[in-house]
Amino acid sequence: MTNIAAAASPSAETAALPTQLAKGFVDRLVIIIPYLWLLFFFLVPFIIVFKISLSQTAIAMPPYMPVLDFSDGISGYFAGFRELNFDNYTLLTQDALYFNAYVTSVIIAGISTILTLIVGYPIAYGMARAPATVRPILLMLVILPFWTSFLIRVYAWIGILKPEGLLNELLLSLHIVSDKLQILNTYNAIFIGIVYSYLPFMVLPLYSSLEKMDYLLIEAAKDLGCPPTSAFWKITFPLSLPGVIAGCLLVFIPAVGEFVIPDLLGGSQTLMIGRTLWNEFFNNRDWPVSSAVAVILLLVLIIPIMFFQQAQARAQEQGK
Amino acid sequence: MKSLGSIRRDFAPWNDPNAKPYIQFDKVIKKFGDFTAVNNLSLTIFEREFFALLGASGCGKSTLLRMLAGFEEPTAGRILLDGQDLRGIPPYKRPVNMMFQSYALFPHMTVEKNIAFGLKQEGMPAPDIEKRVAEMLRLVKLEQFAKRKPHQLSGGQRQRVALARSVAKRPKVLLLDEPLGALDKKLREETQFELMDLQQELGLTFVVVTHDQEEAMTMADRIAIMDKGEVMQVATPAEIYEAPTSRFVAHFVGNVNMFEGKVAERAANTTRITGATGAQIVVENAAETANGADIVFAIRPEKIKVSSKKPADAVNALEGEVYDVAYLGDMTVYHIKLDDGQMVRASALNASRVTEDPLTWNDRAWVSFRPDAGVVLTR
Repeated sequence: MTNIAAAASPSAETAALPTQLAKGFVDRLVIIIPYLWLLFFFLVPFIIVFKISLSQTAIAMPPYMPVLDFSDGISGYFAGFRELNFDNYTLLTQDALYFNAYVTSVIIAGISTILTLIVGYPIAYGMARAPATVRPILLMLVILPFWTSFLIRVYAWIGILKPEGLLNELLLSLHIVSDKLQILNTYNAIFIGIVYSYLPFMVLPLYSSLEKMDYLLIEAAKDLGCPPTSAFWKITFPLSLPGVIAGCLLVFIPAVGEFVIPDLLGGSQTLMIGRTLWNEFFNNRDWPVSSAVAVILLLVLIIPIMFFQQAQARAQEQGK
Repeated sequence: MKSLGSIRRDFAPWNDPNAKPYIQFDKVIKKFGDFTAVNNLSLTIFEREFFALLGASGCGKSTLLRMLAGFEEPTAGRILLDGQDLRGIPPYKRPVNMMFQSYALFPHMTVEKNIAFGLKQEGMPAPDIEKRVAEMLRLVKLEQFAKRKPHQLSGGQRQRVALARSVAKRPKVLLLDEPLGALDKKLREETQFELMDLQQELGLTFVVVTHDQEEAMTMADRIAIMDKGEVMQVATPAEIYEAPTSRFVAHFVGNVNMFEGKVAERAANTTRITGATGAQIVVENAAETANGADIVFAIRPEKIKVSSKKPADAVNALEGEVYDVAYLGDMTVYHIKLDDGQMVRASALNASRVTEDPLTWNDRAWVSFRPDAGVVLTR
């Protein structure tokens, strides 16, 4: 039997070879597509931005030099390289404005992330413990705000938070406050805006990790003498940690570079890197400096992503 | 000696009127909405007893266990443990521990930490915890797996971790919810004896919920057969098997033949029964029946003898035809269709390698049994 099979297989293999090659090519093509996407829409633009960040401002079109082109031939192209330098990065370290903007952005994003976690966790927990029939509706409600434009929702907060806005009217009429609260154009308004806007990004990963958890584990903990609060911190929270990490990074990363919320709700005096970038680019028309700001911002953001991926790899190793 | 007592000699507190009950269910009712899971149930369990709640799924046995653990409160009635009413005491303050069917091991903790969890809650000093955990690991033979996480263990090993975790606190009562349900057959049989040894060694009271009658028969001192939230019979495994008090119990445990009939004539020790189709049989163990009463005579297959000729000295002998023969290795099962149409299942142990009186399909055959081989049931 085995002999016959062994004798028959070489011819079968040679016949199958071309189709196998074709199949291998199709398989590879499928993998290549996302790589090509990343190459053209992430890596190439990044290289262009990085190149601009090494250039100098110029009153020209485009507003920087050198412009690397082949008008002076190949040698002219390479001559342009010699004019590139790190002056813009040096500028970023010399002017405290940029450093302060980065630090403020990270702090605001950090505080907002913690606030979002505090608000989002009970929501996710409640959803995960709700009857299975209600859960899709609750999930829908969390996603529903996305159906309205983000910009319009942030504008709506101006109407709520401004001195003669809905919130102040309500608090005054209920005699909770005697004077109008100044919320709009403060950091508090930015926190409110970020927590509101990014809440779904926190709730969804938390919900998915809490929903997977077996409620019997809580019963087991109670059975072994653990009161409910303690059972939460010893069992529920540690088991939801992958969701906590994912949610925090999904909020923190975009919040650092957030431009719309600080611009609309935070007023003119708030110093966040997203606004600084905007000003450099559109008000000062300083493309090289704003590119340098963007490159540094990217580095600030890539570090947490790396942490996130490491945490995920670790979680996968644990098989959870 | 005629006895249907406990397998453990000298342990039968249920027969001692002075014995103090340890766990008492007193007219307990549990309703979930319109559904009555436990219906006016009273039950007594004694200290150091290995007690099994046996029933089909949905019979209320797990609810009973969860009420004892404190995860559910009875709708009415009382549950007493060592004289103390358990009502209102949350699970984390009850001196009982539970081993869950799915084991419910904490996935983010090592085997060691899982076992130590309950002890830490108790506020036991760290060196003592270490000692106890080591002792538990030795007990369940998992010393070399102390640092593993649950997902790195086999099913049998997880089961032992769950067991170690639940007995680590030395609870007054250990509750086991289908403790062997997730194991394969061979492992299950081994583990049954391990559980019995463990209970003896630790001297704990075990209450085990199971739907596997063999498991209950093997391990338990006494078994409560449950149906629709009620206890049908509480007795030792031998009593349950040999002296069921109802058709349900007789049917539920093992195989049984049922003869419908009426009490025809009562003598001092024996009762003559006329079967529904006219067959006459004489039985003992029918003390509480009246003349003319409708009864059922229940007899186990292995107590019926099958032969090709009418046995000379048999009190009860009925003739029929072999309908089916199944050779199972250790025994042979016959299905005999009696001449009155009743089907009888009889089994014969294959004590020797050759059958002296071979019977096959469509052979004429006689079934015979002693008057004390079965029981008369009125319900």
